[in-house]
Amino acid sequence: MTFSLLRRRLTLGIASLAVAASVGITPALADRTLLNVSYDPTRELYKAYNELFATYWKEKTGETVTIQQSHGGSGKQARAVIDGLDADVVTLALGGDIDQIAKATKKFPEDWAKRLPHNSSPYTSTIVFLVHKGNPKGIKDWGDLVKEGVQVITPNPKTSGGARWNYLAAWAWAQKNLGGDEAKTKQYIADLFQHVPVLDTGARGSTTTFAQRGVGDVLLSWENEAFLVQQEFGADKFDIVIPSLSIRAEPPVTVVDANAKAKGNEDLAKAYLEYLYTPAAQKVIAKNFYRPSDESAADAEDLARFPKLELVSIDADFGGWAETQKKHFADGGVFDEIYKPTN
Amino acid sequence: MASSSHSHAGAFREPSVIPGFGLALGFAVSALSLVVLIPLAALVLRALSIGPAEFIRIATDARVLAALKLSFGAALIAAAVNVVFGVLVAWVLVRYQFPGRRLLDAIVDLPFALPTAVAGIALAGIYAPNGPVGELAGLFGFKVAFTPLGVVLALIFIGLPFVVRTVQPVLEEIERDIEEAAALLGASRLRTIFQVILPHIYPAVLTGFALAFARAVGEYGSVIFIAGNIPMVSEIAPLLIVIKLEEFDYSGATVIASVMLALAFAMLFVMNGVQAWQRKRLGNV
Amino acid sequence: MSDATIQFPSKTGSEIGESFAVKLVLIAIAVAFLAAVLLLPLVVVFMEGFRKGAENFFAAFSDPDTLSAVRLTLLVAAIAVPFNIVFGLAASWAIAKFNFKGKNLLLTLIDLPFSISPVISGLVFILLFSAHGWFGPWLKANNVEIIFATPGIVLATVFVTFPFVARELIPLMQSQGTTEEEAALTLGASGWYTFFYVTLPNIRWALLYGVLLCNARAMGEFGAVSVVSGHIRGLTNTMPLQIEILYNEYNFTAAFAVASLLAGLALVTLVIKSLLEWRYASELAASRRH
Repeated sequence: MTFSLLRRRLTLGIASLAVAASVGITPALADRTLLNVSYDPTRELYKAYNELFATYWKEKTGETVTIQQSHGGSGKQARAVIDGLDADVVTLALGGDIDQIAKATKKFPEDWAKRLPHNSSPYTSTIVFLVHKGNPKGIKDWGDLVKEGVQVITPNPKTSGGARWNYLAAWAWAQKNLGGDEAKTKQYIADLFQHVPVLDTGARGSTTTFAQRGVGDVLLSWENEAFLVQQEFGADKFDIVIPSLSIRAEPPVTVVDANAKAKGNEDLAKAYLEYLYTPAAQKVIAKNFYRPSDESAADAEDLARFPKLELVSIDADFGGWAETQKKHFADGGVFDEIYKPTN
Repeated sequence: MASSSHSHAGAFREPSVIPGFGLALGFAVSALSLVVLIPLAALVLRALSIGPAEFIRIATDARVLAALKLSFGAALIAAAVNVVFGVLVAWVLVRYQFPGRRLLDAIVDLPFALPTAVAGIALAGIYAPNGPVGELAGLFGFKVAFTPLGVVLALIFIGLPFVVRTVQPVLEEIERDIEEAAALLGASRLRTIFQVILPHIYPAVLTGFALAFARAVGEYGSVIFIAGNIPMVSEIAPLLIVIKLEEFDYSGATVIASVMLALAFAMLFVMNGVQAWQRKRLGNV
Repeated sequence: MSDATIQFPSKTGSEIGESFAVKLVLIAIAVAFLAAVLLLPLVVVFMEGFRKGAENFFAAFSDPDTLSAVRLTLLVAAIAVPFNIVFGLAASWAIAKFNFKGKNLLLTLIDLPFSISPVISGLVFILLFSAHGWFGPWLKANNVEIIFATPGIVLATVFVTFPFVARELIPLMQSQGTTEEEAALTLGASGWYTFFYVTLPNIRWALLYGVLLCNARAMGEFGAVSVVSGHIRGLTNTMPLQIEILYNEYNFTAAFAVASLLAGLALVTLVIKSLLEWRYASELAASRRH
C-alpha cells in the first residue's frame, strides 16, 4: 500500500515535471546569452533596456541575444560574483562593490572606472525624502530628521548600497551645516540612526516597511525609487521632499573581462555597456526615473521631474570609495561606533 | 527486547540476528559525511584558521553577544510558549471532536511548507502597526512587529509543529484505561492529569521543546521581515553572519557560525542523551 | 504493551474527561492560538493572491520565469526527497534495530541540520565549492558548475531536509523493537524480504508523513538556497526565490499567488494524509499496538 502510494506520488511528480517542461516557454534558441548581475532598484530599467539592446543588436549583427538578469542587494551580488557567479557585466549600486570584485578576483583591472565615460556611470540618481501626503511632520531638510518624534526609515548601510548613499548624503549635509566639525557631524549621524525604528537589509525592504506597513514618517530613498513608489502605490499617498543638499549617487557598470572572455562574449558585453550611453538608451533611462548623463534625446516631461539641487560627489567630497568604505562602513568604522553601547 | 542487558564491553556493537547492519550503517554514515560533516568541517576549519585570539575577539564582541543573546533568548521564550500551547493544541486535537478539527490538524504543518520569507512577510503584514492585529495591540500600548516581540512571534510560528507533532502520537497512545483506573481510585481530574498523563508525555514534550528551540535559534528568513533589525536591540545572530558576509569578512562570518553550531550541537547531544537514558530507565517503551 | 488484564466496568470518555465547559474553553484557546499564529498568515497569503481576482491570480503562472521556477523546484524536490528516503531508511534501520557505540553521537549529527541556521547551510557550500573554496579551482578547471547552478541548490536542499525522514522513523522503529523481524528471520525469510514485508508495513505511516514533510520543506526552503542560487531569472530561481523577486518588484498579487500555490500544495497533501489515516484508522490502530 505504502509503496504503491509512493510510486503513484513519484509518477505524479515526474508527470507534472514533464508537463511543466513541455508547457514551459523555453526562451527562443539564442545564439549567445549574456549575464548582467545588477542591484535591486534597476529591475524595471534593465527589463526595458534589454529589449532595446536586443533589438539593436539583432538589426546590427543579425544575431539573437538573450540577456539574463540577476538582482539583489549590491553587496550580496558583488560577493556572488567573487564566489564565482559567471557575470559578463556587473551594474551595481556603488563603485566600492565593483572595486571589491576587481581586488578579489583580478578578473578586470582595478582602474575599471576609467574605461567608460562619466566614471563608468551611464546614469546617476540622488537621495531624496519620501513623506506621507501633505507632509504632516513638516520635514524639509536633513535637520528635521532628528526632531523629537520623527521616525526615519532607511536600510542598513552594511547590507545595502542605497543606504550608504543615504548615510553619506546626511554626512555631507551635517558637515556643511555644523561648521565642518567632525565630532558634531558624528553626533548628528548617531542621532539620525537613533530615529530609525526598522533597519531593513535592502532598499526594497525599507520601501515596503514605509509604504505598506505604514512605519515611520520619512523614507530616505533613491530618487528613482521614490518616483516608482508614487507610481506603484499612488501619487495621492506620498510626497517627495527635496533636501537642500544631497549626493550624486553614481551606480557604475563594467565588463568582467575574464568571464566574458571565457564565454566568448567580450565584444557583446562591451557593446552592451557602450550602448547605454547612446541617446536611445538614455531616453529609456530617463523614463525609468534615473538621471541621464546625456539629456539630448530624453523626453522633456521626463527631465522635468528631476529638480536641480546641490549635489556632493563621492570622489570630490569623500575622497573615493576605498577611503569612504574604510572610514565609515568597514568593521569598526564610524557606522559601527554609532551602535556601540554607551557606557 | 533491546534491553537484553548483557553488555559486551569492548565490542563495537551487541550481536544480533538481524542482518544489514553494515550496509545500513555504511550508507547512512557515508551520506551523513558527504552532505553534513564535510561541509561543516570546512566551516569550522575556516573559523579556526584565524587563530584563537582573533576568534575570541570576534566571538565576544558586544554586538555579537547581544545578537546571540537575542537569538537564544527569543528562541527559548518561543519554545516555552510553544510547549504550553503546543501541548494544549495536541490535547484538543487528540481528545475532542469538534467541527474543523481535521483542518486545524492539517494546518499545524504549515510552517514546514510555507517559505520562511513568505511567513515573515505575512506575519509582518498582520502585526505591523497598520495591520489588523497590530492595530488592536496598539490600542493596548503594545508593539509587536519591529520589536523583539516580533522576533519571538516569528519563532513561535516556526517551532509550533515540532511540539504538536511530537506530543500528539504519545497522547494518542496513552491507554485510556490508566486514566479510568486513576479516576476510579478517586483521583481528581487535575491530579490524574498531573500525575498520570504528564509524566507519560514528558519525554515527548522535552523533545518537542528541544527541536522547536533548536530550529528557532538559527531562523533567518521569517525573522528579518518582522524584527526591525536594530543593532543591540532586535538584530539576530544569523543576520550578523549575513552582514559579515556582505563585508567580504568570511572569517568573521564563520566564527559566529561556529559558535552557533557548537551551541546547537551541545544542546542536541544532551537532549539525545537524556532520551536514551529515559528509554533505558523506562525499559524501552 | 500487554493488554489490560483487569476489566473495569465500561466507562465512556466523557465521564472521566473534563466537563463540557472546560472542554469548550480548551478548544477555544487552542483554536484562537492556532488562528493567531498559523491561520491568519495563511489567510493573508490567499487573500493577497486573489486580491485582484482569480484572473490575475492565474495570470501569475503564465510568466515564463515563474514557470521555470516551478520546474526547478519540482526537479530539486524530485532529487532531494528520494535521496532522503533512502538515507532515512538506512539510518533508522541501523539506529533502531541495533545497539552500537556512538549511536547517540550519530543521532545528534543527523539532527544537526535542523538547528543550523539556513544562512550557515548555504555558507558551508560556498566555502567548499565557490571560486575561492576548497574544491573551487578543481571544479573550474574541469568545468563543473555547482554553486550558482542546479547542483548547488540540490545540495543545499538535501542538507536542510536531511533529518526529516530519519527523524520520523527512528522513534517509531525504536519503540517497535526487533521481535517481528527476528520471528520472520527465524522462519527463514531473507533480510530484504523481512524488510519489505515485515518492517515496511509497520512504518509506512511514519514514512509517508516523513516524506510529506521532507517534500514540503524541500519545496519551501528559502534561506540556504538563496545563498547558493545566484538569482538568475528563469535559470536558478526556485519558487521561494521567485516569490521574493515578485514581491520586490511590487508585484504583490503574483508573489502571493505563487506562495498560495506552495501553501496549497502542502495543505492538499496534508489533508490527503489525514484522510488516509482516517480511512485506515483501524489498521493504523492495530499497527500502533505493537
